[in-house]
Amino acid sequence: MSLEQAFIDYIKDREATINGQGSTDWHQRRRTAFTDFEKLGFPAKKNEEYRYTPISRALEREFGESVTLESPVDSTSVQELLDEIIPSDVDAHVLVFVNGKFQSTLSSSKTLPDGVIVTTLSEAYQTHTDLISQYFAQQTAEPTDSFVALNTAIAQEGLFVYAPKNVVVETPILAYFISDTSSGTSVATPRNLYIAEKSSKVSVVESFHTVGEKASYQNAVSEIWVDANASLHYTKLQPESKQAYHTGTTEVYQARDSRFTGVTISLQGAMLRNNLNIALDDENCESHMYGLYMLDGKSHVDNHTAVDHRKPNSFSNELYKGIMDDQSKGVFNGKIYVRQDAQKTNAFQSNANILLTDEASIDTKPQLEIWADDVKCSHGATTGQIDKEQLFYLRTRGMSRDQATAILLRAFAGDVLENIELDFIREQVENVIDQRLNSNF
Amino acid sequence: MDTLLILLLNPFTTMLKITGLHARVEEKEILKGINLEVKPGEVHAIMGPNGSGKSTLASVLAGREDFEVTGGSIEYMGQDLLEMEPEERAREGVFLAFQYPVEIPGVSTTNFLKTALNQVRQHKGKDPLDAVAFLKMMKEKMKLVEIDQSLLSRSLNEGFSGGEKKRNEIFQMAMLEPTLAILDETDSGLDIDALRIVANGVNALRNQDNATIVVTHYQRLLDYIVPDFVHVLYNGRIVKSGSKELALELEEKGYDWIKETVDATA
Repeated sequence: MSLEQAFIDYIKDREATINGQGSTDWHQRRRTAFTDFEKLGFPAKKNEEYRYTPISRALEREFGESVTLESPVDSTSVQELLDEIIPSDVDAHVLVFVNGKFQSTLSSSKTLPDGVIVTTLSEAYQTHTDLISQYFAQQTAEPTDSFVALNTAIAQEGLFVYAPKNVVVETPILAYFISDTSSGTSVATPRNLYIAEKSSKVSVVESFHTVGEKASYQNAVSEIWVDANASLHYTKLQPESKQAYHTGTTEVYQARDSRFTGVTISLQGAMLRNNLNIALDDENCESHMYGLYMLDGKSHVDNHTAVDHRKPNSFSNELYKGIMDDQSKGVFNGKIYVRQDAQKTNAFQSNANILLTDEASIDTKPQLEIWADDVKCSHGATTGQIDKEQLFYLRTRGMSRDQATAILLRAFAGDVLENIELDFIREQVENVIDQRLNSNF
Repeated sequence: MDTLLILLLNPFTTMLKITGLHARVEEKEILKGINLEVKPGEVHAIMGPNGSGKSTLASVLAGREDFEVTGGSIEYMGQDLLEMEPEERAREGVFLAFQYPVEIPGVSTTNFLKTALNQVRQHKGKDPLDAVAFLKMMKEKMKLVEIDQSLLSRSLNEGFSGGEKKRNEIFQMAMLEPTLAILDETDSGLDIDALRIVANGVNALRNQDNATIVVTHYQRLLDYIVPDFVHVLYNGRIVKSGSKELALELEEKGYDWIKETVDATA
């Protein structure tokens, strides 16, 4: 059987057993998405959007033979991972999902301000049907990416966050999406929904991991609503592993005077694809996108971003950086649309890459489409090696080649990493840089 | 090998001995047989017109890989300098003050210098400095070159004036306490005040155990850093050596005088 067919069967089976929810408007959206997925299928070989990342083939190869959508969980190895990556005194709400299921015993929460909701999507389906009805799958109604349609059709579990009007949620919300492959391959489709109401402020971190030696696949979708004058900080971390496959889409909708910051960090993966799509649908929106992909081995990471300036006077800034070692491969595609109405738009984009070996590669493609005539837009992409002159300078001060390289790479990554809000996460990423250099040079 | 021990055993020993040094960059031969001997406590000035090979000599001493040494030898403290990596040279006490200090965005002087200094200390068998001791040492050395803490916390050399860059070089030299310091055109582009500060710093660091090679185009610097020997480099060779008076003579007669003398005998 193919993985594509396995997903279709899985959804059909569920549809047959569903009761109560079946008649709701939001379930109808899942049904429509299912029809879309059946029609679209996985991206075909010639699909331009997946030209450098032939993920459909890879998924069928790795998971097509025997598909397990709800693998059993070995909580000991998951607990070990969590102990390693989360400091015991962490000041955050922590929600852990393993193989697509929420793990309440591995999760922990702090006191929340009145009206704030931090829960699971499945719980929200039961208790917050008004919000689900209003927001769920509204940004993914016309999917061009079939992985998004697939995720919407399933949309069983994930993180649900709601910040009401004028509320500042000081404590960050961390969601860990773990593939446990101890007893076989793992496939999961997390679906997240974050809503920041007018003048609220909230920070969410998603982190994707694999434990065990077998292949894992997560097809994740996050829908983010940033209402007028609200502020949302979003971090997507992919420490992941050599055998991890990922397709993920984050859809962001920004209303007037809102601010959004997205930070995407990818450190390893057999094939990871991240789509970040931002709609600036009113005036005076501000949007920051930062990305770092630091890869070794045969890792392959593809970041596609799209910013849609629909109204005047908004600002977007994008900075993605890549460090590719060994035979790793990076892909960057950044689209900026400036609609005819969006006069006085300021939109900037930059993608810089360092290739550490001759076999490492990057495919980078900035795309600007501008219909307005009074805008400031710029984009640039650079690819190079470690600066020899800088390396020599540091060595003449007594630093080894490794130390000098590490300090230069840390500095290169620095203006992305400084946007990670949580210190312990930033330090973990920096440590990876140092460890890589000690083992590779 | 321990520097001090060698000096104690033989105070007249040679620190640096360059013999018949040839070097080229790509296909172009730049150094065509350099001979030079430097003893502890000495200051040598290397002067010469543009393109004579002064900076190449400084770079070869520091271990820059763009230059290929095609002949000759460099002995430093009894070791084959040319066999050593740039960082090994640095740890053994060789310091190059760059003619054009590089800019490194995102790296401040303070955040790389502590690692660098502790590498050098470790190599000498000394304990690494902790944050407090490092800061204390920094404060002391900052006074020497009249450099401000805020400058040292900024991205290295990014947006620094010419004078600030050169002062930062001498500050690093003060921190690393080299045995052999090579100043590559440290005076170029400096106004007289900056030059005086830089020279005062260098003079304060001089003692009978270390040595300095001052590479310069202009005699002016030598009013402040007084050399024991002056060598004139022309067309890849040292064509004339003398005392500090030679610098004054050069200043008066110009490099054409050297060119004419050398070209006439060639």
